[in-house]
Amino acid sequence: MAEFEPKLIAFCCSNCATSAANVCEAIGLSTPGNVDVVRIPCTGRVDILHLLKAFEIGADGAYVAGCSDGNCQFRDGNIKAKRRVARAKKLLDEVGVGGDRLEMYNMSASMGPEFAKMARKMTERIRELGPSPLRKK
Amino acid sequence: MIIAEQKPIQEIKSMIAGYQKVLVVGCGTCVTVCMAGGEKEVGIIASTLRMALKLDGKEPEVIEDCIRRQCEWEFVDELKEKIEGVDAVLSTACGVGVQALAERFGDKPVYPALNTTSMGMPKEHGFWIETCRGCGDCGLGKFGGVCPIARCSKGLLNGPCGGSQDGKCEVDKEMDCGWQLIYERLNSLGQLDQIEDIVQPKDWSTDRDKGQRRIIREDVKV
Ligand code: SF4
Ligand code: SF4
Repeated sequence: MAEFEPKLIAFCCSNCATSAANVCEAIGLSTPGNVDVVRIPCTGRVDILHLLKAFEIGADGAYVAGCSDGNCQFRDGNIKAKRRVARAKKLLDEVGVGGDRLEMYNMSASMGPEFAKMARKMTERIRELGPSPLRKK
Repeated sequence: MIIAEQKPIQEIKSMIAGYQKVLVVGCGTCVTVCMAGGEKEVGIIASTLRMALKLDGKEPEVIEDCIRRQCEWEFVDELKEKIEGVDAVLSTACGVGVQALAERFGDKPVYPALNTTSMGMPKEHGFWIETCRGCGDCGLGKFGGVCPIARCSKGLLNGPCGGSQDGKCEVDKEMDCGWQLIYERLNSLGQLDQIEDIVQPKDWSTDRDKGQRRIIREDVKV
């Protein structure tokens, strides 16, 4: 049987994570093709509903990638995002999808290699968890 | 405003599990302000519900709407057509709104998505506190504008009790002592001598003791 290829959605801040993705490409590192990047102006824009919808439409996993602590251009968008991710994780646990399928990561614009590493790390985690129970239905 | 919070999704799910088409309807007033049942929360509840039901092998149609206020007929009536087309309604309003829908749409089951907790206000973002119990005979004038019924854990009319410590209540160290607040407020008003007045037992007949409370005013009838 072919290895399960998880479908991930990454909500990436346009100030840090999206630039990191570009650096990643510029230095010839590939980002895994299984990750769909949703570019957002700041992770503070991420709403719980966006995160839930990712799963509702069939993602196996999702993550939010924002600036490192203290570096948000809008002061604390990344901190707010972290709290929303925490609530969404709880809801996913309650629902039965599993909060482990969602994560928040922090990085800076220059961290191209980390961007790729993070995508692979999350892909690995979801591969271990298996397809979203919603997809199996 | 009325303060409420969302019920666990499993509880909500068990209420509407048997229906084919469900309308989740929010209220754009109090519960929007307390971030429990406005348009955004309707979206969140509907989304989690769809997922939870799908995992149970059920896929009912869950539609969404949000009206300005669920406790006034003129807004409730806007839902007529939509409600006619569904098997059940899940209301994310306070208990008042849920009952208004149930009364207006006699043949539709209406379920509550929230637990209505109290009347109060946001103390800060993400923190709501109860400040009034609706006793029907407001005594705030005697207490420097701080309600001992809602804010003293024991509802003491003559306080504080011996458990007040460092401004906190003995029932919960995270909770302000209502009587400390009364003391501070009277002090800053220069009315501290009022705290010595013995407040007589309250006539609770204006509270819940005579059943559902009603107000009828001929002057505003149309
Ligand atoms: S239905 Fe409840 S939440 Fe909505 S406006 Fe009326 S009192 Fe407030
Ligand atoms: S005295 Fe009664 S009406 Fe006044 S704030 Fe307290 S509970 Fe509400």
